[in-house]
Amino acid sequence: MAKITVDGIVYEVNPQNNLLQECLSHGLDLPYFCWHPCMGSVGACRQCAVKQYRNADDKIGTVVMSCMTPASDGAIISIADAQAVKMRSSVIESLMISHPHDCPVCEEGGECHLQDMTQMSGHNYRRYDFKKVTHRNQNLGPFINHEMNRCIACYRCVRYYDDYAGGKDLAALGAHHHVYFGRQEEGTLESEFSGNLVEVCPTGVFTDKTFSEHYTRKWDLQTAPSICTGCGAGCNTTPGERYGTLRRIVNRYHHDLNGYFLCDRGRFGYGFNSSDNRITEASLVSSHADEKGVRKPLTQQEAQRQFDALTAGDVVGIGSPRASLESNLALRARVGVKNFYAGFSAEQQRCMQAVIAINREQGLHCPDIRTLEQADCVLVVNEDITNTSPRFALALRQAVRNRAAQLATDARIPLWQDAAVRELAQNELSPLFILSPQGTRLDDVATETFLSTIAQQVALLSAIANTIDASVGTAATDEDSAEQARRIAAALISATKPTIVSGTSAGSEALIHATANVARALRKYSVQSAAINLCFAMPEVNTMGLALLMEEGGGTLDEALQRLARGNADAAIVLENDLSLRTTPAAIDAAIAGTDSGSAVWVVIDQLHNSFNARAQLLLPVTSFAEQNSTFVNYEGRAQSSHQVFPADAALRPGYEWLTPHDPLSPLLTTSETILFHSAQTLAAFAGAEKLLPPRTGMQALMKSPRQLHRYSGRTAMHAHSNVHESKQPTDRQSPMAFSMEGLSLQKDSSLLSAAWAPGWNSNQAISKFQDEINGELKQGCKGVHLLQRTLPPQSAMAVNSAKAGKKGTFVVYFIDHIFGSDELSAKSPAITARSVGPYLCIGKSEATALGLHQHGLARVSNGDHVVELPVLIRQRIAAGAVGIYCGAEINRHLFAGSVSVAPVNEDDNVLARSRQMFSDLIINDSLINNSESGRG
Amino acid sequence: MLRLIKDTLISQVVTLWRVFVHAFDKTDTVEYPDVQPQMAARWRGRIILSRDPDGEERCVACNLCAVACPVDCIALQKAEDDEGRWYPEFFRINFSRCIMCGFCEEACPTNAIQLTPDFEMAEYVRQDMVWEKEDLLINGTGKYHDYNFYRVAGKKIGGKDKGEARNEAPPVDVRSLLP
Ligand code: SF4
Ligand code: SF4
Ligand code: SF4
Ligand code: SF4
Ligand code: FES
Repeated sequence: MAKITVDGIVYEVNPQNNLLQECLSHGLDLPYFCWHPCMGSVGACRQCAVKQYRNADDKIGTVVMSCMTPASDGAIISIADAQAVKMRSSVIESLMISHPHDCPVCEEGGECHLQDMTQMSGHNYRRYDFKKVTHRNQNLGPFINHEMNRCIACYRCVRYYDDYAGGKDLAALGAHHHVYFGRQEEGTLESEFSGNLVEVCPTGVFTDKTFSEHYTRKWDLQTAPSICTGCGAGCNTTPGERYGTLRRIVNRYHHDLNGYFLCDRGRFGYGFNSSDNRITEASLVSSHADEKGVRKPLTQQEAQRQFDALTAGDVVGIGSPRASLESNLALRARVGVKNFYAGFSAEQQRCMQAVIAINREQGLHCPDIRTLEQADCVLVVNEDITNTSPRFALALRQAVRNRAAQLATDARIPLWQDAAVRELAQNELSPLFILSPQGTRLDDVATETFLSTIAQQVALLSAIANTIDASVGTAATDEDSAEQARRIAAALISATKPTIVSGTSAGSEALIHATANVARALRKYSVQSAAINLCFAMPEVNTMGLALLMEEGGGTLDEALQRLARGNADAAIVLENDLSLRTTPAAIDAAIAGTDSGSAVWVVIDQLHNSFNARAQLLLPVTSFAEQNSTFVNYEGRAQSSHQVFPADAALRPGYEWLTPHDPLSPLLTTSETILFHSAQTLAAFAGAEKLLPPRTGMQALMKSPRQLHRYSGRTAMHAHSNVHESKQPTDRQSPMAFSMEGLSLQKDSSLLSAAWAPGWNSNQAISKFQDEINGELKQGCKGVHLLQRTLPPQSAMAVNSAKAGKKGTFVVYFIDHIFGSDELSAKSPAITARSVGPYLCIGKSEATALGLHQHGLARVSNGDHVVELPVLIRQRIAAGAVGIYCGAEINRHLFAGSVSVAPVNEDDNVLARSRQMFSDLIINDSLINNSESGRG
Repeated sequence: MLRLIKDTLISQVVTLWRVFVHAFDKTDTVEYPDVQPQMAARWRGRIILSRDPDGEERCVACNLCAVACPVDCIALQKAEDDEGRWYPEFFRINFSRCIMCGFCEEACPTNAIQLTPDFEMAEYVRQDMVWEKEDLLINGTGKYHDYNFYRVAGKKIGGKDKGEARNEAPPVDVRSLLP
C-alpha cells in the first residue's frame, strides 16, 4: 500500500492505479469524462485536472491529468487548488461551446454525467457567442437513438464499442472540431452489446430508443433490484416502472457477474411485459353444450375456485425453467413430488444432471463472468454463446486481451494506460479456440474456429484429452485432427488459467462428458493445483434451479405426457411453460387427447398467449419477473433474488400464489420468502438458500427500503383522474421494500441497491459511491448464494459414446440460436421482434451448389416424416455435411433433430425478395450476402 | 364615584360618535363578484399551459415542473410527434393539492407553465379540481410573448432542421477535411 496526500489528507492507495481512480475510490468528487472504470484512461477530455506537487516544499506545483498519473507512493496532489479548479471549469466551458440547449428534450437529462460534471466544475453561463457546430443524426436501428449534437468528443463510445466489445461499425469520423461518432452509413448497430452505449456515453448522444417511446425521467422510475431473465447467466438489472408499465432496463452492478454491462437481449427484451400478447385475465373454456369451446373470462375468486375444483383429483404438475424457484416449489408442494415433472425436454434434463454432477466435482471450478474475463486460454465447445448467453461472449472478448495485459506488465506499463497497452499489443491475443458447427460472432478474436459437427467435436475433444493425458480419451484417427488436438492441448497446458466454456443447448450428453474430460485431464498440469475453469451456459433464467429441484425427485416431461396420454390423471397443471418448445406436437396431442375413458383437464399458468396455452381449459394469468419476488439460480448454481418492481394488475398473481392453497384459518400470507425459507430447511439441494433473505435486524427491521427515489414526482396527481382522493400507497407484505419514496435512504443502507444515486451524482456513474473501491465489491448487498458445493471427489474421465453420423445423402442438423428471437419471452418485445428473423436453413456453399440451391431461395427440408420449406442462407463457414436450422417460434425443433435431406424448391421473385429482406437484418460474420447471386445456377 | 361615571359616560359618547362618523367613510368591503378586483399580473393563481409564438404547444414534457412541485400535484407523460417534437401526452394538475407556490413556473425551461391572476377556482366537487391538458392549455403565449424553446434547442423538429436554431452553423459534412 502506498500513501498519497490529497488536499492535506493522507490516503492509502494501490500504486498500480491512477490518481483519479484512487480519488474516486476514496469517495472524493473529481470530475472526469473519458476515463471509465472498465476501460482505463486515455487522457482525452482533460476534465480530471488536479495540481500535483513534487514534494512538501513545492508550493507551485503542476497541473496534471489525474487519470494519466500513477498514484505513486508519496504523491501530493490538490483537487481544490485554485488553478486546478480554474482549469477544470475552463475545460468544461470549452466542451460545452457547441452543446445544444437540449436538456429539457434530452433523454439523458436528470441522469446526465455531463450535467453532473458541469455542476461540479462550476460552469454556469455561456460566454461563447459564435455559432455552434451541428451534426445530422443517423438511424441506428430499433435500440439506440442518436443525437450527435450533444457529443463532447470524449471517445468513450468508440473505446467501448470497438475496443471493449469488438464492434466494427462505430467509428470516430471526420476531423478536428467536426469529429463525428457514428457509422460509415446509416444502419442498425451490429454489436450484440450496443445497448451499453446508453450507459457508457456520458451525454445524450446515445440513448435508449425503446425507453424514449414511453420516456420517464430517472427520478420518476420505480425500481428494484432484479435479475435478467434473458438467459441463465444471472446478470443483475434494474428495471424501471412508471404509471403501471415497465419503461426500461438498465445494468445493475454485480462484481462477479455482469459488472457494468448487459447484452442487448437483456436490456431491450422487456417489452413483452406490456405487449398485446400478455394474458391479462383468467379464462375458462365453457363446458356447456350450447357454447362449447367458448373461452369465458373469470374473476380472480372464480378462477381460484375453478382451479381448486378442477385440480382436486389426481394431478400432474409440470414445472418450468423460466418460472421462479418459488413457483416451481409451490407447484411441487401442491401436486406432491410423485406428480411433479420437469418442464424441460428429456435430453435437456439428462444434460443438466451431467452438468450438476460436474459442478459438484472437486478440482474443477465454475468460473463467474469476471473469472472468465481473466482466463488466459479459452476453449469454447459448440455453444454459440454470443447468441445463447451473450454476456459470456463479452467476457471472452476481454479474456483474449490478457495477452496484452501480460505484455504490458512485462514492459512495466500500467494496465490502466489503455491506449499504450493496445498500442503495445497490436493484434496479439490470448488463445481462444472455438469448436462450432458454423462460424460464430467470436471468430474475429478466435485463434482458430474448428468447424465441426457434434460427433466430430466429441472425437476432437477426446483427442485433446488424450494428448494432454494419454490415459484418457482416444487419440485422433487422422493426422489433421491429431495436429488440431495438439495445438489446442498445448495452449491449454501452457495457460495459467485455462478455461473451457460450453453449454447445454445442443442437448448432447456425450459432448458434455467429452468437454469435462478435457478439463479433468488438464488437472494434471494445473498451476499449483488450482482448479480448472469449466462452465456450461444455460438457456433459461432458472434452468439450474429447476434441475436442482428435480434432484429432489420428480419425473421427466416425457413421463408426464405419457401418463396423461394413458389417461392416468384428472388434471395437468403447466407452470409458465410452452410445451410445444419442449417436445414434439404428437406427444402433446396424445397427452391432451388422453384416452377414450377420459382426458385430463389442462390448467396453464402463463404470462403470454401462445398456441399451446390456447388449448388449455383453464388459463391463469401470472405476474412477470418485474411484478413478483422471485429467486433464480444461474449457471453457476448461484441463487439470486429478483425483487418486485411494481404492483401488478389486480387480475395477475405470482405463480406461487395461484398454486398455494389458501388456508382461511392461517393468518400468515404465503410469500416468496416463506416458500424459499421452507425449501431451504427441507430440501438438501437448497440448503443455505435462506441466506438470500435480507437480514431483518437493526434499521432494516424497522424501515423498508424505498423503491422510489426521493425526487419521485406526481404522487398526488398520477391517479387523480380516476379518483382525487388519493389512495394509500400499496403495501408490500412480501418483501423488505416499499412502493414509496419513504424509508431507509440509500446513503444509510444500500443493501437493496437498484438505481444508484448520490449527492451530485445523478447518472449511473454514482455506482462508484457504493463500491468499496472502483471495480470492487458493493459495500453492502448480497451477491447471491452458491447452492452447489464441490463435494464429489475428482472423477476420472467418463466413457463417451460418440454421436451417430447421419445416413448417406442426408445432412446432420444443428440448431441455430439467435440473441434476438431464441428466448421465448424477450422475443415478444417489439424492439427485439424488429431485430429477429423467421426460420431459415443454413448450408455450406459447395453443398448448396451441388444441390442447386441459391442464396435466399427456398429449400425443402425433410427427415422422412416431416417436411418444411425454408429460406436458404448460404454461409462460407459451416461444417461439412451439416446444415443449420433456425426454428424461431414457428418450427418445432424436436421434429427435425437428427438428420435431414434437403432439396431445392422453385421460388418466385417475391419469395426471393422477402427472404433477402429478412436476411438483411441478420448479423453474422461470414454470410455471402454481399455476393448473394453467387449460388444461382 | 363621580369621576368613574364621568370617565365611562364620556367614553361611551365618544365611541358612539366614532361609529357614527364611520358611516361616512369610504367602504372597505369589496363588492365581489359584482365588482371584480384588479389583480397584479404577477399574482400566483390558476395555472395555464401556454403556446409559443407559432401557436404550438410550448410544453416539451421535460418533467421539471413536476419534480419541482413541493406537493407533487403535477403528472404528465412525454410523447413525441413524427418529426421529433416532444409534447405531453397528458398533463394533469390536481388543483385540490396545489399551493400556488409558483415553483413550477420557475422550473419551466420553456415558459409553458404559468400562473395567472385568476383565483376563481372553487368547486363543489373536489374531483372537478383535477385539470387535464385540455383544460389547462390556452391559445396564446401568456405572460411571455417571444420565447420559443425549439428555436433555441438543437433538436430537429418539423419546420426546423439541424443548424437552423439560434446561433447554429449548418450541419458539418463529415467527409470534408476543410477546417
Ligand atoms: S447530454 Fe446532458 S447536458 Fe446535454 S442536453 Fe442532454 S441532458 Fe443536457
Ligand atoms: S458520443 Fe458520447 S461517448 Fe462518444 S465521444 Fe461523444 S460524448 Fe463521448
Ligand atoms: S404552483 Fe406550486 S404547488 Fe402548484 S403546481 Fe406549481 S409547483 Fe405545484
Ligand atoms: S417544466 Fe414546462 S416544459 Fe417542462 S413539463 Fe413542465 S410545463 Fe412542460
Ligand atoms: S478523465 Fe482524465 S482526461 Fe478524461
